[in-house]
Amino acid sequence: MSEEKGVIYRISGPVVTAIGISPRMYEVVRVGDEGLMGEVIELHGEQSVIQVYEETSGVRPGEPVIRTGQTLSVQLGPGLLTKIYDGIQRPLPELEKTMGVFITRGVDADGLDLEKNWQFNPTVKAGDSVSPGDVIGTVQETTTIEHRVMIPPGISGKIKEIKSGEFNVTQTVCILDDGNEVQMMQKWPVRTPRPFTKKHAPEVPLQTGQRILDFLFPLAKGGTAGIPGPFGSGKTVTQQQLAKWSDADIVVYIGCGERGNEMTEVLDEFPHLIDPKTGEALMNRTTMIANTSNMPVAAREASVYTGITIAEYFRDMGYDVALMADSTSRWAEAMREISSRLEEMPGEEGYPAYLSSRLAEFYERAGRVETLSGGDGSVSVIGAVSPPGGDISEPVSQGTLRIVKVFWGLDAGLARQRHFPAINWLNSYSLYPPSLDQWYRDNIKTDFPEVRTQISSLLQVEAELQEIVQLVGSDALPVDQQLTLEVARMIREFFLQQNAFHDVDTYSDLKLQYTMAKAILSFQEESKKALAGGSALEDVVNIPARTDLMRGRFESGYEDRIEEMLDAMSKQIADTMEDN
Amino acid sequence: MTGKEYRTITDVKGPLVFLNKTEPVAFGEIVELRLSDGTLKNGQVLDTSDDQVIVQVFEGTASIDKQTGIKFLGDVFKLPVSKDMIGRILDGAGRPRDGGPSIVADEMADIIGAAINPYSRQSPSSFIQTGISAIDACTSLVRGQKLPIFSASGLPHNDIALQIARQAKLVDSDDDFVVVFCAMGITAEEYNFFVHDLERTGALENACLFVNLADDPAVERLITPRLALTAAEYLAFEHDYHVLVIYTDMTNYCESLRQIGAAREEVPGRRGYPGYMYTDLAMLYERAGLVKGKKGSITQFPILTMPGDDITHPIPDLSGYITEGQIVISRELHQKGIYPPINVLPSLSRLMNAGIGDGKTREDHKSVSDQLYAAYAQGRELRGLVAIVGEDALNERDLQLLKFADIFENQFLRQSRDEDRPIGEGTLDYAWELLSNIDTKYLVRLDQKWIDKYHPNEKKN
Repeated sequence: MSEEKGVIYRISGPVVTAIGISPRMYEVVRVGDEGLMGEVIELHGEQSVIQVYEETSGVRPGEPVIRTGQTLSVQLGPGLLTKIYDGIQRPLPELEKTMGVFITRGVDADGLDLEKNWQFNPTVKAGDSVSPGDVIGTVQETTTIEHRVMIPPGISGKIKEIKSGEFNVTQTVCILDDGNEVQMMQKWPVRTPRPFTKKHAPEVPLQTGQRILDFLFPLAKGGTAGIPGPFGSGKTVTQQQLAKWSDADIVVYIGCGERGNEMTEVLDEFPHLIDPKTGEALMNRTTMIANTSNMPVAAREASVYTGITIAEYFRDMGYDVALMADSTSRWAEAMREISSRLEEMPGEEGYPAYLSSRLAEFYERAGRVETLSGGDGSVSVIGAVSPPGGDISEPVSQGTLRIVKVFWGLDAGLARQRHFPAINWLNSYSLYPPSLDQWYRDNIKTDFPEVRTQISSLLQVEAELQEIVQLVGSDALPVDQQLTLEVARMIREFFLQQNAFHDVDTYSDLKLQYTMAKAILSFQEESKKALAGGSALEDVVNIPARTDLMRGRFESGYEDRIEEMLDAMSKQIADTMEDN
Repeated sequence: MTGKEYRTITDVKGPLVFLNKTEPVAFGEIVELRLSDGTLKNGQVLDTSDDQVIVQVFEGTASIDKQTGIKFLGDVFKLPVSKDMIGRILDGAGRPRDGGPSIVADEMADIIGAAINPYSRQSPSSFIQTGISAIDACTSLVRGQKLPIFSASGLPHNDIALQIARQAKLVDSDDDFVVVFCAMGITAEEYNFFVHDLERTGALENACLFVNLADDPAVERLITPRLALTAAEYLAFEHDYHVLVIYTDMTNYCESLRQIGAAREEVPGRRGYPGYMYTDLAMLYERAGLVKGKKGSITQFPILTMPGDDITHPIPDLSGYITEGQIVISRELHQKGIYPPINVLPSLSRLMNAGIGDGKTREDHKSVSDQLYAAYAQGRELRGLVAIVGEDALNERDLQLLKFADIFENQFLRQSRDEDRPIGEGTLDYAWELLSNIDTKYLVRLDQKWIDKYHPNEKKN
């Protein structure tokens, strides 16, 4: 298109008004003498309102504004993994090279390395018919992940020529009969969901190795979860645990308006972490987007869209993708900030009236789908929410809870007792168990769902008993109820608590989780018998084997020794009867 | 830029001046206002268009009239920085306040401060020993961290801040800290207290003070911390200093922010504070840290007083979401006569795990700290129960925990204002001694190997 040029009329923080151009909504424009990147967010008579992704100090009215004709897009192709980007897909290491350690502005950088050559191995041959989403070749992107090069949406036909060998992402690797050329790189506008054939019901759990999540409140592959919690309750640690241990093929981690040091920690730590499944560095399956709280607010608004578009792209290859957004509240605040600069009529607490529909649109991009090529892929979305004062009656939490199917409610009280993960087992929920139970029966143990129900009802009973204990003290309870309290305490301290910073305890697979849960139930079972046989509760709960069982989870090889420990426990419980 | 002077003021509202003008003015540009009596004031452009420019005046708009001349200086706000700033006292706008000469600039630094590229940051991991057991054991401070003190009126947060400034040292090197102190809207009395204490201990020679007092213009408070941080960045990243930035009181800063928002008729967020307060605070707090390839560091200690002791108030709340933890001062402990009255339960240091352990503090640190927390938390909870049912209804374990809560407060937390406890043989050994009041089988957070090595009654050597 012809280059259309206008001028700046007004600047107010990240919002710039231009006159003299008539762009499309969400078109990307270049603002000012330095060519700052911006996006058109409102058309108002002669004026176009632009949100600028970079700091606007020093920009003056009268400077030029240039249309680009494109909407905000990301570059998709080999080279996305192991990268760390800012909110508009500029690689941070590239920015460091051109700007130094402080982020200045006016620098453009490609999301993909356009020079790098990749070994392209075709999977189709000349004469094959292809349509959008079909895989035409593969590239070994990292040691573990094979990048599948797809026909971009909107193109189809018979293959005239397909190449093989080393190419960079902009070189043509395939020519169709109608003359269309296909490169390894495609561009996609971030605000538009990528197409798929249809959505499936989620039937497979996303295994995270976190006992309270997997066992009590599971998330399905393709599902959505919200983690609201006040500061200091462990949102970020939980998100990072999921990024580390969840059994997705690809992880997209969005640090949206959060702390700089936290992103650095992830950057330092991930390359050294080993994927328990493949034995390779976890970084090989990860893409990170970091827009810290002091980076420009408009780019923060864009960062979640950049992230989910990359996630969808890998989904289209047939991968299971997990996306973590930490924190969606910062994204909502960015919307609020821009909205107030536009002088829009505010909804609740100053948030724009379209807040909940934006949240819904975002979470709706999750799902397990049949891809255009007939494959099966999923995007699971886990969004952290940071409610002011920990009060989830605020608009962002409420807007999120209306959409997500899993609610992991973090609790400041638990965090204060250093009970981590500080997820409240009484008010958290997951709506997935009914659709996942068959999978557990087939793959773990046939009575898995029943064991789960027993564990969670014990916790419920404990909560009721605790109310009585608060009034009369635990000694006033009958002995079987005192035992229930002891068993529930065991569930809390031994099963639900999990130390994210401990080498062994940080991850438990589903089989181990099941075994641990069973161990607790068998303690209850045998203790009941012992009590009926005349043992004193004091003696039963203080058997050394119980402490060994609980402490043992911090030692490697626990799975192998647990049977032995259980035998010792049975024996010791039985012995308490003989003592009497 | 030409020295053209405009006399086109149309409106003056609170700290804001509105004017029509003829030439394009840059967003964020610095403005000089010349009053009819010759007084000069400074301001900054908040909104600019072909028709109207809005200027925020730092010294307040008193005496400004429509004849006031306005000159746009063609540049954004810059602070003259130099190593000579150490040992100086400057006012809230960066001018000498101690009667000394002006700062001769080595460099003019933009006070807004660009964001550090997260990729260029270095993870903070060096333990700072403050000599205060509650902090060292439970909310360990790490070089490059931003750890605010959440306090409230009438509590001894200033004493704690000064004790930290005095005692802070790195365990793994001999480098000293330079203190950059930033006062926003504090009273002359508090200011004298700080200066007197810094003088008494000789720390003033190693400090640089930026002072905006309660009777100085409120809008000036919005730039004072930016000046302090700009000086801190210069000292840390150009001259390899380890800088400890103490600012007090963030609550006054936020009040000023609200004042500007109200004058601009912005849509307010919670409790009238502007919706962008999170971003604005982040632009201060995030200026802490370490950068790859540079020796210096910036560690921040913002002090804020929680209005009505309410931790959910927007100021502590938004701060808590940005800072790497918080140290919470408790009125209850203060009234019990315990100094420092730090309530460790809601206090937290997010970077603690990176800064403690073998080779940094001691191998058992994490275990001990978890156990202290758990035991104290349960002990405190039991106090509520005892108030209803009496101690007789408690079992053996509960009785021990109940007793431990008192021991913890009276012996572990309590220390004198000059007591500097070293981490290993001071704080941690003391913690073990106190924990030995609880039967070992109830100490489930402690690894057996640490019990064998450090427990005073169960040591195996």
